[in-house]
Amino acid sequence: MVEVAVTQKLDLKGLVCPIPIVKVSQAIKQVQVGEVIEAYATDPGVLGDIPAWCKTSGNEMMSMERADKGFRFLVRRVK
Amino acid sequence: MESNNGTTIIVMSGDMDKVMAAFNIAIGAAAAGKDTSMFFTFWGIKAIQKGNYTGKSLFGRMMGVMNRGGIDRIGPSSFNFWGMGRWMFKKMMKAHNITPLPELRKTAMDLGVKLLPCQMSMEVMEIRQEDLIDGVEGPCGVATMLEISDRSRQTLFI
Repeated sequence: MVEVAVTQKLDLKGLVCPIPIVKVSQAIKQVQVGEVIEAYATDPGVLGDIPAWCKTSGNEMMSMERADKGFRFLVRRVK
Repeated sequence: MESNNGTTIIVMSGDMDKVMAAFNIAIGAAAAGKDTSMFFTFWGIKAIQKGNYTGKSLFGRMMGVMNRGGIDRIGPSSFNFWGMGRWMFKKMMKAHNITPLPELRKTAMDLGVKLLPCQMSMEVMEIRQEDLIDGVEGPCGVATMLEISDRSRQTLFI
């Protein structure tokens, strides 16, 4: 498990496309540039969607791993 | 709204499945920080109507009854069976925790997606601005759509 200082935690369990992306995009606005969001999700769609969202929105995908019956991922705000 | 990195979606279809895809794409684009606009033309207008009866002339009123708008009233492009399919889809979507269409539309609006109704379609089908939901922009024509599309990296026709 990747360990970094997390500024905000998100619970996206049970949510499906496109809501996880919406929640992450809203949360990223609430943290400062350089800070990290940690999220837990159950929708396998996030495996491809979160990295893709990071690319288009210009943020950094730090990690994506299986955890707790779903996925845990870290996103760092870049701009 | 002056970037050159927007997303434009033209919603021609008034079918539940296609409207859903359109809102999904719009939400994804807006969530990635793109200026996103949706143009509702022809049958697509139904997705931004309040759902009341519309029309003034005989044909207009006939259309208002037989082609009544409202995002809750539109059915899928296939498998509708006079509303049975719509009912079934709604049940199945709920069972799978998929966001219902009205909520999807609200999410898009909250994210700043602009909803623009086509002036010509409103004229033909005798739909007034007050028949459309709050938060929709004023009626616009093809030049406005093309101008916004010109500033977009992608333009989709659904």
